[in-house]
Amino acid sequence: MQLAGARFTEASAIFGNDLSTFPSYPAEIRAPADTLGGVSTFQVHIADRDILTPGDHPDVLVAMNPAALKANLADLQPAGTLVVNTDAFTERRWTKAGYTANPLEDGTLDAFTVLPVPMEELTKKAVEETGLKGRGVLRSKNFLALGVLAWMYGRPVEPTIKWIESKFGSTPEVLAANTNAFKAGYNLGITTEVFRHTYEVKPAKMEPGTYANVTGNQAVAWGIIAAGQAAKLPVFYASYPITPASDILHELARRRNFGVRTFQAEDEIGAAGAALGAAFGGHLAVTGTSGPGLALKSETISLALMTELPMLIVDVQRGGPSTGLPTKTEQSDLLMALYGRHGESPLPVVAVGSPSDAFETTIEAVRIALKYMTPVILLSDGYIANGAEPWRLPDLEALPDISVPFQTELNSPDRYLPYLRDPATLSRPWAIPGTAGLQHRIGGLEKVDGTGAVGYDGPNHELMTDYRERKIAGIADDIPDIEVDGEEGATVLVLGWGSTSSAIHAAVRMVRHQGAKVARAHLRHLNPFPRNLGEVLGSYQKVLVPELNRGQLWRLLRAEYLLDCTRFSKVQGEPFKTGEIRDKILELIEA
Amino acid sequence: MTETTTRQDWQSNQEVRWCPGCGDYTILASVQNFMADLGVARENTVFVSGIGCSSRFPYYMNTYGMHSIHGRAPAIASGLAVARPDLSVWVVTGDGDALSIGGNHLIHAMRRNVNIKVLLFNNQIYGLTKGQYSPTSEKGKRTKSSPMGSVDTPFNPVSLALGAEASFVARTIDMDRDHTVAMLEAASQHQGSAFIEIYQNCNVFNDKAFEALTGKEERSENRINLEHGKPVTFGPNDEHGVMIFDGTPHIVEVAEVGLASLHVHDAHAESPAAAFALSRLAHGPFGPTPIGVFRDVPRSTYEADLDRQILDAQTSRGPGNLQDLVTSSGSWVVE
Ligand code: SF4
Repeated sequence: MQLAGARFTEASAIFGNDLSTFPSYPAEIRAPADTLGGVSTFQVHIADRDILTPGDHPDVLVAMNPAALKANLADLQPAGTLVVNTDAFTERRWTKAGYTANPLEDGTLDAFTVLPVPMEELTKKAVEETGLKGRGVLRSKNFLALGVLAWMYGRPVEPTIKWIESKFGSTPEVLAANTNAFKAGYNLGITTEVFRHTYEVKPAKMEPGTYANVTGNQAVAWGIIAAGQAAKLPVFYASYPITPASDILHELARRRNFGVRTFQAEDEIGAAGAALGAAFGGHLAVTGTSGPGLALKSETISLALMTELPMLIVDVQRGGPSTGLPTKTEQSDLLMALYGRHGESPLPVVAVGSPSDAFETTIEAVRIALKYMTPVILLSDGYIANGAEPWRLPDLEALPDISVPFQTELNSPDRYLPYLRDPATLSRPWAIPGTAGLQHRIGGLEKVDGTGAVGYDGPNHELMTDYRERKIAGIADDIPDIEVDGEEGATVLVLGWGSTSSAIHAAVRMVRHQGAKVARAHLRHLNPFPRNLGEVLGSYQKVLVPELNRGQLWRLLRAEYLLDCTRFSKVQGEPFKTGEIRDKILELIEA
Repeated sequence: MTETTTRQDWQSNQEVRWCPGCGDYTILASVQNFMADLGVARENTVFVSGIGCSSRFPYYMNTYGMHSIHGRAPAIASGLAVARPDLSVWVVTGDGDALSIGGNHLIHAMRRNVNIKVLLFNNQIYGLTKGQYSPTSEKGKRTKSSPMGSVDTPFNPVSLALGAEASFVARTIDMDRDHTVAMLEAASQHQGSAFIEIYQNCNVFNDKAFEALTGKEERSENRINLEHGKPVTFGPNDEHGVMIFDGTPHIVEVAEVGLASLHVHDAHAESPAAAFALSRLAHGPFGPTPIGVFRDVPRSTYEADLDRQILDAQTSRGPGNLQDLVTSSGSWVVE
């Protein structure tokens, strides 16, 4: 299902629609069939205008079996269209999904337009002559469904057939079966009377430029490669497989021709360690993970902080604690990113806002790491990681130069001082092994100011703690002020970070459409905050902070600015619906 | 780059702070002498350590160095060596550091054959935390954390390294500086991971643990010097020998079995089986114990294989182009 969804998305992107997707799948690779927990869903929103979210309520739902129907029916638009695989609605299967009667017959679907398609039977027929036998036959039914949708939405056929060829070319029977099934689905639409209405979604009017369709993980991976070029450093990415971050490793592992070194470590700690070793060696060192892995890496991040080596840690957040909801999204690692280490250990935290924002934000995080010689945590989440949207390509020739020169000469008359700080940034020099005359030792023990020798002295520890703190706090002068998308007279500001940005943006549009006034702002830098944040927040009567956690940013804002914001929390493993935020905004405006 | 250096050139300006009489001093001197003789450049040499007494080592070397986190040195060193194959990367670790908290990193570094040289100072005790039993302490050992005797079965570090697919495994003794230097020499010649277990006396918390191999009386009875291509014999007059049959090592009297029946040590044997059998002669240094190079076989290094993939990819696909990358799964133009 995920594959068919991704393909429909690609076809729509190439057609020129704006789009936004929300794939959702179970934590098990082969989850028990026909149960609610085993349902794999791919939601896609396409439009002829710019859109921000995958939509709260789809117009069309394709249900391949009773469990899929049960899991998703509540979201379907009133009077929406249902394409149903009737072959799957046997008593055994609808019972397993928790129905007490066949939902196709008992009136459950009366409010919707139902298009019954015997997909298994049709697939079997379409696949007959390909020679494919056994269980493989029915796998092609997702392509039949894809064909039906392609017809309903007027998607061009050729690109998908080509794509099937490239994907399955190595197994001719499967290739033939999938192609036949896809065509059969498409032709079904043309030839039968069943499909009364088709949807015409014209290309969207988008800002001029070249667009590519990206997922968040892809864009982070590409951002890392671009940052390496912008910094003139080879890229070293060490990681341990973990959902939903593994696709970053996969994408980078394919890019050896960029000189990218990927290192699949023995565990999360090993991955962080290998990255730190590469950083010591003068590489752009990155390690990627999700929440449980970030917890394991924390000791190494503290060492990076003490040794003041640049390093990027990507945390693609998922539902926690513990294994939690590994395939579902959440924003609940914010406080861990800021504070989840021993000792006084501040570091910069930057958050990706959407798939199309990920490339630039990744480069920004690397810029900070290099300039300030510090580990930086980049937060993404499962929704951004797997979701796709069109991304207007930046001018790749004009990437900012974020390179930092290595120290190659003595920085004092008679010796190299590894902890002699730049007075402006408080950053220390980066002298890498291989540089003659600058041999030095670093490590986890407290360093003496300047010389970097081991120092157990109390006042020196306080001085160094203060340096480390001021270095990070000072970054506030080097990041843009937060911008407000406001309206004169608005009393409510909605402040978001990370993946809530799209739902907030869409909700604010709806509120304005209804004639009310509201302002919105998005935080990319979570530590330090932009300089003007306190002032901005203070200028509104009410500040609403929607988060996919129990109020972590909300807590930070209260602590930092002594400000009573309104928390709006959701931890259901899925993004906010636009309507949820809209209603909350209206409630605040009216209160 | 080669330059002539002396031991002093390899000494950092830090005051060495081990307990007086600690075996670490001897090893430090051996390593510094060896480095000076090797003729490599100090700036191309890196020592990475974990936590523990032995892990203070990098501070005393006038090279690049990192005193890192408990157990993590092999991981950090692996990252450095993979990123920078031009460097000579050494790991200094202890029995607690390498075999307890860092066991996972150690075995995976070995199997990958990253070009790092691991010096494991085994003193069979936790020194820096003041005397708890370690993963190499003998069963029954009474320490502060095992007042009635340890109930843990110890590791045999050489067996462990061999099991972890290490391509170079050796053992030496702190007191025997010539032997130590010979092992360092062999390790540095080896391409890939090299593992050297160094029996190191902790005179404060576990004094004379290696007496069987270092004591004047016992030494000649117990030290089995492994030499490639030679029958394994030991004893003051080489009167004892080792035979391996049924996969098990047996100590025999040469006079009884004849020299020709003894096991001939082959450090370059493809199979680690015989080396493993030799490592089982002693599970701790309390009786006849082999020292020397157990295994030294050629295998391509991780970083060489990786760099070859990079070269292949660049040759077949051309150096990466960002524009092509970001449009690799399709793009479209909006006018
Ligand atoms: S405690 Fe033992 S190992 Fe540590 S420095 Fe003292 S003698 Fe050496």
